[in-house]
Amino acid sequence: MSQPIIKIENLSKLYRLGEVGTGTLSHDLNRWWKTKVLRREDPYTKIGSVNDRTQAAQKGEHVWALRDINLELQEGDVLGIIGKNGAGKSTLLKLLSQVTSPTTGRIRARGRMASLLEVGTGFHPEMTGRENIYMNGTIMGMRKKEITSKLDEIVEFSGIAKYLDTPVKRYSSGMTVRLGFAIAAHLEPEILVVDEVLAVGDAEFQKKAIGKMQDVSKSHGRTVLFVSHNMAAVKALCKSGMVLVNGSQRFEGNINDAIDFYQENNALVLAENNHWEFGNNAENDNIRVTSIKITPLNGTTLDISSGVQIEIDFYNKIKDITEDLTFEIVTKEDILVFHHGVVFAKDRDSKLGKHKITAVIPPDVLNANTYSMNLIFGQSQRYVLFSKERICAFEVENVAIGNNMSVMPGVVRPNITYTVNRNDQK
Amino acid sequence: MNAYNIDIKPKKHLLDINFKEIWFYRDLLYMFIKRSIITVYKQTILGPLWFIVQPLMTTAMYILVFGRIAQLSTDGLPQILFYMSGIVIWNYFSESFTTTAHTFNQNAQIFGKVYFPRLIMPLAEILSGLIKFFIQFSLFIAIYLYFYFSGNTSIQPNWTLALVPVYIGLMALIGLAAGLIFSSLTTKYRDLNHLLTFGVQLLMYATPVIYPVSTIPEKYKIFIQANPLTPILEGFKYAFLGAGHFSWDALGYSGGFTAVLLFFGLIIFHQTERSFIDTV
Repeated sequence: MSQPIIKIENLSKLYRLGEVGTGTLSHDLNRWWKTKVLRREDPYTKIGSVNDRTQAAQKGEHVWALRDINLELQEGDVLGIIGKNGAGKSTLLKLLSQVTSPTTGRIRARGRMASLLEVGTGFHPEMTGRENIYMNGTIMGMRKKEITSKLDEIVEFSGIAKYLDTPVKRYSSGMTVRLGFAIAAHLEPEILVVDEVLAVGDAEFQKKAIGKMQDVSKSHGRTVLFVSHNMAAVKALCKSGMVLVNGSQRFEGNINDAIDFYQENNALVLAENNHWEFGNNAENDNIRVTSIKITPLNGTTLDISSGVQIEIDFYNKIKDITEDLTFEIVTKEDILVFHHGVVFAKDRDSKLGKHKITAVIPPDVLNANTYSMNLIFGQSQRYVLFSKERICAFEVENVAIGNNMSVMPGVVRPNITYTVNRNDQK
Repeated sequence: MNAYNIDIKPKKHLLDINFKEIWFYRDLLYMFIKRSIITVYKQTILGPLWFIVQPLMTTAMYILVFGRIAQLSTDGLPQILFYMSGIVIWNYFSESFTTTAHTFNQNAQIFGKVYFPRLIMPLAEILSGLIKFFIQFSLFIAIYLYFYFSGNTSIQPNWTLALVPVYIGLMALIGLAAGLIFSSLTTKYRDLNHLLTFGVQLLMYATPVIYPVSTIPEKYKIFIQANPLTPILEGFKYAFLGAGHFSWDALGYSGGFTAVLLFFGLIIFHQTERSFIDTV
């Protein structure tokens, strides 16, 4: 095995949430005083807060947009980086592109590294296509004579030959993107870092662009890091994959396994009759969740006014501790509706064996939507014993208001009582 | 297997400018210079003539306001030459300063997407400013030669003309250094943007652009002379016109000041470029 072409070690990036730019002088002085003079811990860094977007940000709080990423790539590897919005993909790309610097860790690479976080960086609308080819090419680290020698190819690939000496402001957006990609495609770097730039442009162009990237990686043995939401494109292009969840690296390996992992973690686990048997799929050394059953509290259909009864059967494997179960209900748009804890073993009296917890979400709380449930078993409300996100999913049906059949907007739909006092004057 | 040539780490040294890298990106420098020259006057009727119109109009206005109405002394020199020489070199400084002061904020879009040595940007501003300067400077020279050959005896060019390139260089570097500091600080503290425009205006009145140092009352002279731009302005006028004052000490003071300012400017710029995209 030869030396990797890219080596990423313990890479992390800390971001500060909330307002940036006001009162920063006093913050900066405070921070400088505490860390540099008193040698204390940075007062504005709460180490350990993971990047979990479902929790509201506190002002001035810091989060790890990326945490301890390790990666090695060999020449010719094509890695797909997948993850939800906010998982840290763009941050990783920014670090690789040297647009911003990491908080900890190190990236080492060999050869020329070009990043395509956007196409057509530095395009000036007043300049002609030809001038912009040189502008954009040199920004990405090409030499002028290199561009001159590839000019014809670039023009041909982009299909803008007719407009080469027209200012770019007269171009359609599709033409601008095509030109931008054409320049980037002819960079010939040893390492190419590509963001979801392919999301723009028409289907034909996307196909052309993916073909070009395949060509770059296969026939020229270049290394490509590709970030995309488009699983089909990732699958077509990449050999290996990495899944990011809340800034951490959750999976790395074969691309098909990575996609499976990603989809499993994001899929809605719906079941007939809302009854799930887990066998030993939801088990660790502390807990085994055996089954979950979700039924309407009143009536036969699970709708807004029926209430939701959740029965969780599990097997407890630790005795004599204080134990609790927290469940979270998340909409399909990833909005946390609530987070509720149940202490089922107080004062260190947990017992081994079967347990059943029945919880009821009262009627007129959940709006009509599809919900997923996260389960977290904890000790003393402090340590996590077992957790599984999106363990199951269920649908709540709509209840019409009068003749209005449409679903009301909003996460919850409470039954609000009201009185009207009118003072009619004649 | 060759060694890693790219190494991205959190902490770099206080100041390590990679000159090799800047040299590698020299074509980009050229493109940025070209861009700032050709785009400014696209879709205008007069085009590059604006480079000349601006100092001409300003000179005319100064002659009217400061020369005729306020009747400020010009050390007996033709007013047009006195004002224009001041305006031409002052413009170069103020242009360099204000354009480099916007380096980070105006290019956040590009800086957020692609890496290249950030110093390229202010360098390009300084150099494209130099081109504009030379256009205006040629205009000054043309008028100057007209006066000289038409037998105006008050103009006495002398050997210090050899120092003119030094004056121009110092102006560029002070503008660059001040701009680097400003652009770095404005990424966090936007207040400075408001200070910039009128700050440069005020600085002009604190510098002998429209008046000669000789007219300053003795007790205020020390303030004017503490201004590191004063020896440059005075020296520039002295070289062409022969009036005013030249001393090596004053020039040395300006040079030393420039070096210190540039040193701090580069450090603070370097510190900012690593993470400004997170705070901008």
